[in-house]
Amino acid sequence: MSVVYPFSAIVAQDEMKLALVIAAIDPSVGGVLVFGDRGTGKSTTVRALAALLPPMRVVADCAYGCDPAAPLDRRCEDCRKRGPGAAPKTRTVPVPVVDLPLGATEDRVVGALDLERALAQGVKAFEPGLLARAHRGFLYIDEVNLLEDHLVDVLLDVAASGENVVEREGLSVRHPARFVLIGSGNPEEGELRPQLLDRFGLSVEVRTPTDLATRVQVVRRRDDFERDPAAFVATWEKQDAALRRRIVKARERLKAIPATDATLERAAQLCLQLGTDGLRGELTLVRAARAFAAFEGDAQVTDAHLRRVAPPALRHRLRRNPLEEAGSSVRVERALEACFGA
Amino acid sequence: MNAAVPVPAAAALPAALGRWLEAATAAALFAVDPCGIGGVVLRGGPGPLRDAWLEGLRALLGPEAPWRRVPVQVAEGRLLGGLDLAATLAAGRPLAERGLLAAADGGVAVLAMAERLPTATAALVCAALDRGEVVVERDGVQLRHAARFGVVALDEAVSEDEVIPPALLDRLALRIDLGGLRLAEPPDLGLDAAAIAAARGRLPRIVAGDSAVEALCAASVAFGIDSLRAAQLALRVARAAAALAGRARVADDDVTLAARLVLGPRATQLPASPEEPAPPEDEPPPPPPPPPDAPDASRDDAESRAEQPLEDRVLEAVSAALPADLLALLAAGQPPRGGARSSGRSGAAQRGDARGRPAGVRRGELRPGARLSVIETLRAAAPWQPLRRRERARGSIPGVPASTTTRRLEVRRDDFRIARHRQRTRTTTIFVVDASGSQALNRLGEAKGAVELLLAECYVRRDQVALLAFRGRGAELLLPPTRSLVRARRSLAQLPGGGGTPLASGIDAAATLAVAARRRGESPLVILLTDGRANVARDGAPGRPLAEQHALEAARAFRAEGLAAMLIDTSPRPQEIAARVAQQLGARYLPLPHADAAMLSRAVRSALPSDAVRA
Repeated sequence: MSVVYPFSAIVAQDEMKLALVIAAIDPSVGGVLVFGDRGTGKSTTVRALAALLPPMRVVADCAYGCDPAAPLDRRCEDCRKRGPGAAPKTRTVPVPVVDLPLGATEDRVVGALDLERALAQGVKAFEPGLLARAHRGFLYIDEVNLLEDHLVDVLLDVAASGENVVEREGLSVRHPARFVLIGSGNPEEGELRPQLLDRFGLSVEVRTPTDLATRVQVVRRRDDFERDPAAFVATWEKQDAALRRRIVKARERLKAIPATDATLERAAQLCLQLGTDGLRGELTLVRAARAFAAFEGDAQVTDAHLRRVAPPALRHRLRRNPLEEAGSSVRVERALEACFGA
Repeated sequence: MNAAVPVPAAAALPAALGRWLEAATAAALFAVDPCGIGGVVLRGGPGPLRDAWLEGLRALLGPEAPWRRVPVQVAEGRLLGGLDLAATLAAGRPLAERGLLAAADGGVAVLAMAERLPTATAALVCAALDRGEVVVERDGVQLRHAARFGVVALDEAVSEDEVIPPALLDRLALRIDLGGLRLAEPPDLGLDAAAIAAARGRLPRIVAGDSAVEALCAASVAFGIDSLRAAQLALRVARAAAALAGRARVADDDVTLAARLVLGPRATQLPASPEEPAPPEDEPPPPPPPPPDAPDASRDDAESRAEQPLEDRVLEAVSAALPADLLALLAAGQPPRGGARSSGRSGAAQRGDARGRPAGVRRGELRPGARLSVIETLRAAAPWQPLRRRERARGSIPGVPASTTTRRLEVRRDDFRIARHRQRTRTTTIFVVDASGSQALNRLGEAKGAVELLLAECYVRRDQVALLAFRGRGAELLLPPTRSLVRARRSLAQLPGGGGTPLASGIDAAATLAVAARRRGESPLVILLTDGRANVARDGAPGRPLAEQHALEAARAFRAEGLAAMLIDTSPRPQEIAARVAQQLGARYLPLPHADAAMLSRAVRSALPSDAVRA
């Protein structure tokens, strides 16, 4: 599809949109999982994200798009060889949003021997895969719960180490692969492996809007888009551009927002109340709250910020009891009330 | 209504003819905008009428439009495209081939036996439908192909649990049922490819007013249709109808037609009648509107109908399109087969996939049964080509004459790579719950609790689960094997209690299900929760002695199949008869009063098979 539905034109689904914006502001929040009903625009929203991302600078002749500002040990082997002294030429490129299509095979995901060059020239050369392409950007997996198990293993491994190591056909290649994982799916088609679930910083539940006016608006806009995509995108270009500027500003502001002891304590209280496992929950909660505060233009994190981001940051980290009748969202809501008052 | 879309007149015709004309109308609408409308589900077995319908559609699409048949067990590579091995070998460089979906671009993909389509395959079709292109990252090739096509899903389901994967169903606007229809000479609508092409040309300029959008959205809410896609698809169908009728704007008749065709089959509830607020659940539902094939009384007041607001007319049109049996189901508060809510069989539909974690490849001989990993073989061969060509040109290979034709790729025995799969035998845990009166009184709640604990255990192991219940006169399959815990929990929660204890029927049903699971290559484990106090015989007759005798017989037959089982005695005090049934079953016996969560999960785990590596 050449024309993508604009992000700003997506009706309702505020939590999903906010989670994606937070991931765009601070990638270290660690990925977004969007789970929910069919036909709620999950993949439309994720694919619309690309247009909101401000471009990034890369080392001009680097196959992996290394960041010229990054320390050497976080760059690829070629860049490391050049050493710290040389100031490499740089260029500006759009942030990659890479689709991992269903049915992708492992060799295309991790990279493999370049078949063409091997066949034509008899040369062994490494052809980078999707993970390399997604470096410093976003890797989107639609129907993430249908992903083959061995691909899930690869993703977990790379996401944990930030590095992709390929050993095959006598080739030995390692390159940095840091990306924000975005997954979407419908829980009725199958559950997500707990290890993979844990990898996502934020998890969003999307529901079909029940209110008639919203539904009418969704159908209306979609219809307008389909009839004249170019004109539709043009009408929304301003809003998208404003949102993009807001994201850029928020990124700049982010460093100046302190994670005060009070904030950390609040986050810890909340996690304790919910009995979440490990420290990832607290960390994600604080990071997401900071990014949200930056997005709102506030100078520091308040309870209001924590409250807003707590459900997506924590709902998938509750002690696993898939059979508890009260949904995890309800449990987070209860804990929020207990901690912060109604 | 314009002559181009003659269906409303069908109500005055014989029922069969009316149904056929409606099906033909659907074909015409679909032909106008195959990609936008998404597709047609065609119910009914093979036969002259289905062929006539398909031929009619093909004629409407015109000779240039591609028409690709997708077999149900199509390989991913064939569906999406990928490396063309033959061409690659011939050319000596990687060449890609288009898959079926890309080949269907601009036309129609016909899914044969769509009710048996594996969920994974359906997901690929859905992704292509959503994006209008196929994106392939397979076997060393990267491809991006336009794939703007419509789907005709042939649904030959005979039993209730054969359902087209819901994700696909959601994306196909139209549903036609030709089942049981007989017509000697099916008439056509007098449309041809030229008329369709003209309508298609008009399509982009057709305006749909706000009232049309609002009416369709309101109707989908009123009929309990969750998915937002339904209204979207209905709007596209309305637009196609307007184009076909030569209108510049979507007229009210287009909206009612679209609502009938698209929303009618998706209804999961009846709308609350406007005078009274939504009736509470225990009250009888509003009286069903007349079935569609009866001569339609409401046609008489066509003039007065024009005065009605569009929304009411849409509601009326959808109600009139509901078949009588669906109405009965809805009136009883049950979602229909394949409804948007909960039915579907996505879990079981995955059974065909020979999933297994590739445990790498190894060098090997081509024996029968070995799976050649083509790409790895090619990769292994690839780097050596220049060298081998030189060898061949020099004639330095013993027994091979010198040759200067060096265009062919040389693959040697050393290059063969055989794929290995580590296959975890998938466990299907079949819960058989005694929901009889004696259970319901004291222990059904606890039995449910125990099942929930075990379900959590299955969740961790990613098992499939199935749920059988027996009460009254027989056993009932509440949930065919699935991996969706959400659905398992839901059907468990809805399980009513009461009636006699037809233990023999329960065991028989469990054995049938378990044997079927084993035939699919899964390891079934039956967990029977009962107090063992059978009092209904196999034939449904009451009486304890005969019932117990039948239960023990059933248990012996079960054991003869060599199936793994566990019996959890749910009575307040361990029952001697339950222990005896367990013994005859060859099952592990576990009295619930003594069982806690940890013990239950230990017991289940010990009954499970372990992983196996297959070469």
